Amino acid sequence: MPEHAQAGHAGAAPAHDHVVPVSTYVMVFLALMVGTGLTVAASYVDLGIWNTPVAMLIAVTKACLVVLFFMHLKYSPKLLWVWVGAAIFFLAQLIVGVGADYLARVFLNLGNPGT
Amino acid sequence: MSSLSETAHGPGAHPPVLRHHFESLLNQKESSLLGMWVFIAQEILFFGGMLTAYTIYRNLYYEGFAAGSHHLDVTLGTVNTAVLICSSLTMALGVHAAALGKRKMTVLFLLLTIALGSVFLGIKVVEYADKFHHHLVPGPGFSAESLRDAHGQPVLDGSDTARHAQMFFALYFSLTGLHALHMIIGIPIIAWMARAASQGRFGPVYYTPVEITGLYWHFVDIVWIFLFPLLYLIPHHA
Repeated sequence: MPEHAQAGHAGAAPAHDHVVPVSTYVMVFLALMVGTGLTVAASYVDLGIWNTPVAMLIAVTKACLVVLFFMHLKYSPKLLWVWVGAAIFFLAQLIVGVGADYLARVFLNLGNPGT
Repeated sequence: MSSLSETAHGPGAHPPVLRHHFESLLNQKESSLLGMWVFIAQEILFFGGMLTAYTIYRNLYYEGFAAGSHHLDVTLGTVNTAVLICSSLTMALGVHAAALGKRKMTVLFLLLTIALGSVFLGIKVVEYADKFHHHLVPGPGFSAESLRDAHGQPVLDGSDTARHAQMFFALYFSLTGLHALHMIIGIPIIAWMARAASQGRFGPVYYTPVEITGLYWHFVDIVWIFLFPLLYLIPHHA
């Protein structure tokens, strides 16, 4: 089994079939475990307003490791990257858009819509 | 393996796993992967609606959310996070074994993934039972009496903090429930893949179903990576 099967478009084996070595999976696994420990440890330290950003930064890092290596995005066609990017963009739009509306209500004294 | 292609196109025309409407195996595999990633993009927005509600209400009702979050068992949450990461590793190794055509290893890793997923769900049952026991399930029976505020004082029923904590538990059950539902759907699919693998249906040329099942399982892992700090680790201060 070649590490890179560089077959042409009509070849029998898919061209982007990149067989990731087991050691890579184990390294990613260990990083994810360390990240989990860091998240819990950081939550017991008073970082003021930074507790949540730190927790989210670790979570995003862990998610990137899973997507790139476990889900093979690193070795996948750019078309798939576009779809992942689009999904993240839409999610950000959803949260930022709705959040901006609620913030504006507070600034304009339109009353708290949540009560 | 080759009887289909022989009857359709003569010997060696193309591998039998290649459907006729695809140009090549690569074309077929990339189409399948694209389909799965589009589904995952949709899933991100499916969870995204609830995550948006969480973001808004956590900022509006911070004290209630912190009080609710502090009732959750960080130890069980941490153990479950580790269990799910382990199951992601065994899933990745299962896909790896399938790509190399190692039949027994594929089945073994897929069964390990099912076992770890079941442990996660079992721990979730213990946690849910605790919420029922303490009347923390949103609805007419909800009581905030077991909750403590930032000063260690009991949260009085009927107070704003109690109402806001109820919103926290509504989102807790919605988010973790939807996540658990994804696992309950995923486990039989992995079992189906293990059965197909044991029948020798996968090898280096064709293992797309295992890979796509892996994508789904890893996505469910990622959701939990975010849910764990968002639900279990809300600090009392700030």
